[in-house]
Amino acid sequence: MRMRNAFMASMVILSVSMMTPARPSGGTVSGKITYEGTPAKQKPIDMSKEPSCAKQYATPPTTETVVTGPNNALANVVVYISAGAPDEAAPSKAAVFTQKGCRYLPHVLALQVNQELNVLNEDQTSHNIHPLAKTNREWNKSQPPGSPPIVDKYDKPEMIAVKCNIHPWMHGTFAVLKNSHYSISGEDGSFALPNLPPGKYTVTAFQESYGDQSQEVTISGSETKTVSFTFKAKPY
Amino acid sequence: MRQKNISKWFAGLAILLAAPLLVSAQQGESHIGKVTGHADSGRQLYFRYCWGCHGFRGDGSGENWLPTGGYPNTPNLNIQPRNFVAATFKCRSTPTGTLPTDQDIYNSLVRGLNNSNMPSWITLTSQNRADLIAFIKTLSERWKTEKAGAEIAVPAEPAPTVQGIQHGKELFTKLECWKCHGPEGRGDGPSASTLTDSNDQPIRPYNFAAGSRFKCGTTNHDLYKIFMTGLDGTPMPSFADVIKPEDAWDLVHYLRTLQVSHKSPELALWEGTKEGAEIVRAQKIRGTPTGSGVNQ
Repeated sequence: MRMRNAFMASMVILSVSMMTPARPSGGTVSGKITYEGTPAKQKPIDMSKEPSCAKQYATPPTTETVVTGPNNALANVVVYISAGAPDEAAPSKAAVFTQKGCRYLPHVLALQVNQELNVLNEDQTSHNIHPLAKTNREWNKSQPPGSPPIVDKYDKPEMIAVKCNIHPWMHGTFAVLKNSHYSISGEDGSFALPNLPPGKYTVTAFQESYGDQSQEVTISGSETKTVSFTFKAKPY
Repeated sequence: MRQKNISKWFAGLAILLAAPLLVSAQQGESHIGKVTGHADSGRQLYFRYCWGCHGFRGDGSGENWLPTGGYPNTPNLNIQPRNFVAATFKCRSTPTGTLPTDQDIYNSLVRGLNNSNMPSWITLTSQNRADLIAFIKTLSERWKTEKAGAEIAVPAEPAPTVQGIQHGKELFTKLECWKCHGPEGRGDGPSASTLTDSNDQPIRPYNFAAGSRFKCGTTNHDLYKIFMTGLDGTPMPSFADVIKPEDAWDLVHYLRTLQVSHKSPELALWEGTKEGAEIVRAQKIRGTPTGSGVNQ
């Protein structure tokens, strides 16, 4: 009987704690990603072997191994909390990766461990989706036009290069992360990681051609800390 | 009341403690039919026959494999030996991204892998092969946490028909098999020259005109499994979500007609039609396929 009371009480405490809304505010880590040096010149993609895609562009799109903005800004960099934050359960919303015009939208897709991944093909040609996972399972699936989305998930954190073997210019990245504190730098290189409870964190920035960099940051209260990363660009 | 609860607790605890023991009894074993392989025996065999190519740690970096150049008189194996640590296998009866069954690896050992330097290990006993598989499975963490995938269902094969072959031909075009394998299945499609495997080594799509054997077998049943499961670690994707089982057999029968140098009932049937005879005659014209120096 006593056991049962204790059990009920613990259930009440548990449910109350689950009902409490997430901390409305916290600290923020924000900053800018830049490069120094000369980044590789992005080449126009020759899609002549795939006319259904080539005709979608007035001028050929360029490769996206390094995407830059004004003032040495570096876009498409995944910035995330690699240590210090607890692992989080996956959100219920699926992460969507679309193949359109023989390119990947977005080029870099960040998602959480065990979050549903939906791969869509909006093209009039077949693609094969080949994420080259090393610590997760490597699979490779064909997706002809009009196929339903490919649904999958990854159970370990990893930066996974994604390619289409049929269209060798198609490259992308799945950034599988342990928590929801991540941001992908925009055209101006800026990023923000809001709602961080007080604590000591490792902030990591990953760029597909230049690898990753990490910095330590300590958050106390609802302050905003500025952390910036500079990648050394190589011309080739 | 409390006494009863405690004894229940103990029973539960005993099961929890015993469970890892039961699992560990199965780890280090392989099961092929009635033969049970043991990793301890397999280790001896591995370091006698396999490690030269597959490497000391089983990661496919044995000294017989060198990405470029190599020692004099040493073959340069273009296709890197299987990395047993990554445990990504080409020839499976299980869905893409899953581990193969023991029987799948056993079949690869018996058969060897066509167009690669992996020979057939028919000279070993079935016990030897089972032991080797048990050992190979200790080289990757994956076998500790994952089970082999569920074998894909292969429905009974219908007899080939001309209509079926024609339907298979349409599928070959519609599913864009020709993008890599070429419109005549010679492995010379528009994307063929750009293909690389997951080790970034160049790889060539299968040339159907060149012979009768596939990478993962020789039978229609093997062919069915190849395109339904995909060859993991290579550009060949899985079509399991894309091709209906009844359509898949039509595609199998059509692919057989592309093997113009190999007699098969499908080829005979196809050559019996006007359309088929013309296509086969044209396909029999010999030439040098593009990229003939690159392994398939």
